Amino acid sequence: MTNTDWPLWEVFVRSRRGLSHTHAGSLHAPDAEFALRNARDLYTRRGEGVSIWVVPSSAITASSPDEKDPFFEPAADKPYRHPTFYEIPEGVKHL
Amino acid sequence: MTTTAPTTAALALGDDALVLSHRLGEWAGHAPVLEEEVALANIALDLLGQARVLLSTAGDEDELAYLREERAFRNLQLVEQPNGDFAHTIARQLYFSTYQHLLYAELAAGEGPFAGLAAKAVKEVAYHRDHAEQWTLRLGDGTEVGHKKMQRACTALWRFTGEMFQPVDGLDVDLAGMETAWLDSVRAVLHRATLTVPEGPRTGAWTAGAGRQGVHTEPFGRMLAEMQHLHRSHPGASW
Amino acid sequence: MATAAAHQTHGTAQDTADTGAYERAFDAAVAADERIEPRDWMPDAYRATLVRQMAQHAHSEIIGMQPEANWITRAPSLRRKAILMAKVQDEAGHGLYLYSAAETLGTSRDELLDKLHTGRQKYSSIFNYPTLTWADVGAIGWLVDGAAITNQVPLCRCSYGPYARAMVRICKEESFHQRQGYELLLALGRGTPEQRAMAQDAVDRWWWPSLMMFGPPDDESAHSAQSMTWKIKRHSNDELRQRFVDICVPQAESLGLTLPDPDLKWNEERGHYDFGPIDWTEFREVLKGNGPCNEQRITQRRRAHDEGAWVRESAAAYAAKHTGPTGEMGKTGETGATQV
Repeated sequence: MTNTDWPLWEVFVRSRRGLSHTHAGSLHAPDAEFALRNARDLYTRRGEGVSIWVVPSSAITASSPDEKDPFFEPAADKPYRHPTFYEIPEGVKHL
Repeated sequence: MTTTAPTTAALALGDDALVLSHRLGEWAGHAPVLEEEVALANIALDLLGQARVLLSTAGDEDELAYLREERAFRNLQLVEQPNGDFAHTIARQLYFSTYQHLLYAELAAGEGPFAGLAAKAVKEVAYHRDHAEQWTLRLGDGTEVGHKKMQRACTALWRFTGEMFQPVDGLDVDLAGMETAWLDSVRAVLHRATLTVPEGPRTGAWTAGAGRQGVHTEPFGRMLAEMQHLHRSHPGASW
Repeated sequence: MATAAAHQTHGTAQDTADTGAYERAFDAAVAADERIEPRDWMPDAYRATLVRQMAQHAHSEIIGMQPEANWITRAPSLRRKAILMAKVQDEAGHGLYLYSAAETLGTSRDELLDKLHTGRQKYSSIFNYPTLTWADVGAIGWLVDGAAITNQVPLCRCSYGPYARAMVRICKEESFHQRQGYELLLALGRGTPEQRAMAQDAVDRWWWPSLMMFGPPDDESAHSAQSMTWKIKRHSNDELRQRFVDICVPQAESLGLTLPDPDLKWNEERGHYDFGPIDWTEFREVLKGNGPCNEQRITQRRRAHDEGAWVRESAAAYAAKHTGPTGEMGKTGETGATQV
């Protein structure tokens, strides 16, 4: 890596008030202040956002595909967490 | 050309925006980094939008942009200066956007004919000023090469900065107050960027005047030749 | 175990003991039309194909800025000037999205740019043709962007997630590119005789190179079959080329312009337009570097990069001086991310 190789940043954009920030993409910038400005210019030039977060890509810890099964499968067999699991007699309202 | 006071002012501000937008447009495909292609184009598009509104208050935007002779343009000499290296472009941006921000903030607060436009433009210009400031810091206080180039650019363009505070017919603003604020603001940025505030004169010695009187610098004629050539080659055509 | 960096990629086949199981999982995911994500296991050749294709696509966007930027300073009305500037800006943006997508596979943008600058990676040959008149801006929008969109829409469903997502964004933004080109030509077509002649001349020069954008015929296309299996590609070159011709013929009629192909006619039986043979010799020559602008395009790109080096270095040096121990210098909010 040369000293001109700016680090990579992940960009999260809140598209309008009331919604959470969503990952929009990434970009290069020498520092956080510029990453924000570059993100504004690149990812909101058609009015796509009202707020932006930038995070150094290297700061993100991700789950590993190797652990996909132990991580996510145990959650798949607990149907009682979902409202459709329960039978309610017809005519009962506001449930 | 006989013009009313608001028209004179609209031409002055409109030409500033048009000419600077054109200069920034010349960067397309040449910027130092891809992210900056996008940033410079955003600024150029904001300025072009302002120019179109302002020129349209004075007449037909295309006739004014494409069919006036060099001596009829009322823009500051500062904005017509060639892009030079990136440092020159940033120094030009810093000087001009600081001025434009002060001017539009005052116009937006008033009740004159430009209040509506200024209220919208002042937000755009605040971003342009911030962009210029961020880059001035990074070029001035980054590497030695950056520092040298940025210092050279700030000094070279210094002599075009006095013209901004000469009275313009139809612009009812506190020029003396603006000039003090401009000097304070620019000095503060240059200090933070470890740059020396240039000491030379801020206006030319020529009594014929400068851009606001339609007296321009040599590179401007070539710029207009390029900008107007196609439009003038097809008189009366629509595009 | 969890690893830092969302983009850090999974080990390659060599360092994975259980390659067979991984490969079956990969094949099953592709077959089920699921997306492959950066850290999933993938065959080395799949990775290489994607990096090559995304890089070439990104390079095409940024080299593609040049022929159109050539007219920004001469645009004949302020409205057209604004449109053209916005369009060329979009191309820089699209280049950025695509480089980001390529970077998810572990190749940095600097490396990819270096490969472009040293001729080790290519960009679309179409941009080695010059823009000689204002009408060329219209022809590029209508034909070149039209062909690109025909190629790109299926890529929104490409099996590689980051590429597909970049393409969704790009296609959405590009919808104005083709329309502005068509509208530009329409204005010329309805204009003075000189303007009409200018429009026809541009279409005459851009038609055949646009057809070549879909790549060599299916029976000569080196990478097509494998890319189709991997669902990187969804339709064959010839299929897309035919689709494009069928779309363009009626559009040309509405413009009052002709397409420079005497063999172009409706084939009732096929339900498609027949068209004449493409000059693949020209295609191969331009690809090899003998097009009218190959040298000029790459020289300008290299110069912009080289002349910008001191700017990038200075900004990096400033960041090194002023960034705190946490890597932050902006305002941080409750999340630790820098925000506005």
